[in-house]
Amino acid sequence: MEVRWTRKDLLSLEELSKEEIELILQTAESFKEVSSREIKKVPALRGKTIANLFFEPSTRTRTSFEIAAKRLSADIVNFSSSDSSTSKGESLRDTAKNIEAMHVDTIVMRHSSSGSAEYLARSIRAGVVNAGDGIHEHPTQGLLDIFTIRERKKKLEWIKVCLVGDILHSRVARSNIWGLKKLGAKITVCGPPTLIPTKIEELGVEVCYDLDKIIGEQDVLNILRIQLERQKGAFFPSIREYAAEYGISKERMKKAKPDVIIMHPGPVNRGVELASEVADGDRSVILDQVTNGVAVRMAVLFLTTLVER
Amino acid sequence: MKVLIKNGHVVDPKNKIDELMSVLIEDRHIKKVAKTISEKTDKEIDAKGKIVCPGLIDMHVHLRQPGHEYKENIESGLRAALKGGFTGVCPMPNTNPVADSRSDMEFMRGEAGRLGLINLWPIGAVTLKEEGKELTEFGELKKGGAVGLSDDGQPISDSNILRRALEYAKKFNLVIMVHCQDEGLFCDGCMNEGAVSTRLGILGIPAEAESVEVSRDIQLADLTGGRLHFCHISSQKSLNLIREAKTHGSRVTAETCPHYFHLTDEAVLHYNTHAKMNPPLRTQEDVDAVKKALKDNVLDAIATDHAPHSESEKDAEFDKAPFGIIGLETSLPLSLKLVEEKILTLSDLVRKMSLNPAEILKVDRGHLSEGAVADITIFDLKLEWTVEKEKLESKSKNSPFLGWKMKGKATDVIVQGKYVLQNEEIRI
Repeated sequence: MEVRWTRKDLLSLEELSKEEIELILQTAESFKEVSSREIKKVPALRGKTIANLFFEPSTRTRTSFEIAAKRLSADIVNFSSSDSSTSKGESLRDTAKNIEAMHVDTIVMRHSSSGSAEYLARSIRAGVVNAGDGIHEHPTQGLLDIFTIRERKKKLEWIKVCLVGDILHSRVARSNIWGLKKLGAKITVCGPPTLIPTKIEELGVEVCYDLDKIIGEQDVLNILRIQLERQKGAFFPSIREYAAEYGISKERMKKAKPDVIIMHPGPVNRGVELASEVADGDRSVILDQVTNGVAVRMAVLFLTTLVER
Repeated sequence: MKVLIKNGHVVDPKNKIDELMSVLIEDRHIKKVAKTISEKTDKEIDAKGKIVCPGLIDMHVHLRQPGHEYKENIESGLRAALKGGFTGVCPMPNTNPVADSRSDMEFMRGEAGRLGLINLWPIGAVTLKEEGKELTEFGELKKGGAVGLSDDGQPISDSNILRRALEYAKKFNLVIMVHCQDEGLFCDGCMNEGAVSTRLGILGIPAEAESVEVSRDIQLADLTGGRLHFCHISSQKSLNLIREAKTHGSRVTAETCPHYFHLTDEAVLHYNTHAKMNPPLRTQEDVDAVKKALKDNVLDAIATDHAPHSESEKDAEFDKAPFGIIGLETSLPLSLKLVEEKILTLSDLVRKMSLNPAEILKVDRGHLSEGAVADITIFDLKLEWTVEKEKLESKSKNSPFLGWKMKGKATDVIVQGKYVLQNEEIRI
């Protein structure tokens, strides 16, 4: 299989072909080794400048991109929403244009508006890597989830993956769905009916409201973070009831396959969507996800930044 | 001054005329419509190969003055309307400040009078500041020139306020034009709720956000006997309700806009803010239902909901961009498509773009009867042109139809006997 990377941007997994996703995963595999070396650095992006532009608070994704960029020897700068220009009401386009005028090669952006990454990519010449746009996609999270599943399960075809929780507001869910589908996995989304978006079946997934009914068939349980403030939008009556119906407790784990893996994009609400014993238990791959995140982001920054403009 | 329009195909649904005729205008009024007119005249307009009809009326526009003149003002809006073939428009009152007093009506009419382009018939607010709480002075608004009342842009959520408005308006024979939107269901939505919104990760607005209020408003119209008009209907569900209400004798009327019979929510793909309007573009089923409802007279009028927004406002993240698109300069060709598709006859179309709006608003226009004020639109059915940003008269360019090839265009327009659009050029 010979596929060339031609994109200056990574905006979504919806727009990628199966081959492009596999190319990223392959590249990530070769970069994973770098992080375990004594000298954790390769000169692949020496002389390139990458900007982290985070309009929403984030620690782990921003740090993961920062470490990835540094291990590739790129120069990386951080802008956050509390920085002056955005809080003074400057538009996204103007902020980005200003960063671009400083000859940044790639902008890694997180933003609360769905489509903001695509909008930014249209507006500037620099590359754009989507680090989460509203409730649309979070492609590097999707890729690192897929990478982790493949590492554990050795394949993706026919692997049964269940995404549990708030599908409606989850960019992680959308990226997982597009990516996993292209690689042949079987996906079920499970959560309260209020948090399952309309016509999600058209994306090629099964819908189930009853976790106990399907938990026993799943190879992978990807548990989404429940945002505690959703209670206010009448999506569910209480955290307590949410945890009772959809939380992964020790008891519920007894119904799962013995070799099931538990994933979570973090940060975990312990005792809500995931019991502490499960999060820290031997089926949990949550920290592998974090480790793999660096490798996947190295691959993405490497491919997008070095593409011919 | 006598002007003769000759050789044109005259379409005048009120007088059941749909054939080659000549129209004689004397000063402000129509003197005669006949097969041959041999009177001596001061000027002749050759309408050979063209349609001559009562002047088009857009009963739902936003001219943004006062308050948002960077988007549009009365002059640029009326020029855009004239270019689009309209002889009269009804600006909605959601200006800043809200047009909720007699002096606001007089200001707008005064501006239009001074400009001498086309007719401006203002719509006054139903409630003070469009806050949905206290009624405006309907009598005063009418004296100032209001031809209808609306809180457009805002729903009137309090059913009792709408009930009282419908009742009180009966005294003044004013129509209440409702923007149907259930606030709870609308929530933080930015586009139609469906497969496309799920894919794009944009919070959806279900069609029921419209139809739930349509249902309530039909009942309030029946309860009060007031005159109620539905603005910009977009969904099949609402149309089913209006269809049934009309069958059972409810006194309601309804309009739609060209984008609701040309575009679906797929136009939003790639976060196209020029496809963001409220109510939102819906599905193919809804588009088909809108066409059928136009054919069956469930929909009485085609309006544009012309909603100008500046380029920098629309050049933004999808959820941050304002709702609304311009429509005055593309409405006629987009609507003529319905004639080409044999959904409407030319006469039906003129009814929905001229006679019916005039009748709903109780403005004595929309026909070419002897003695009527001479508001006349002449258009070429076959003229092909492309929608180009640079050529639009509107100050704003927020149209999803930019770059579209259009067929049909107004070439000449007469307003109150004055020949204001000549051979596609504004002469004033």
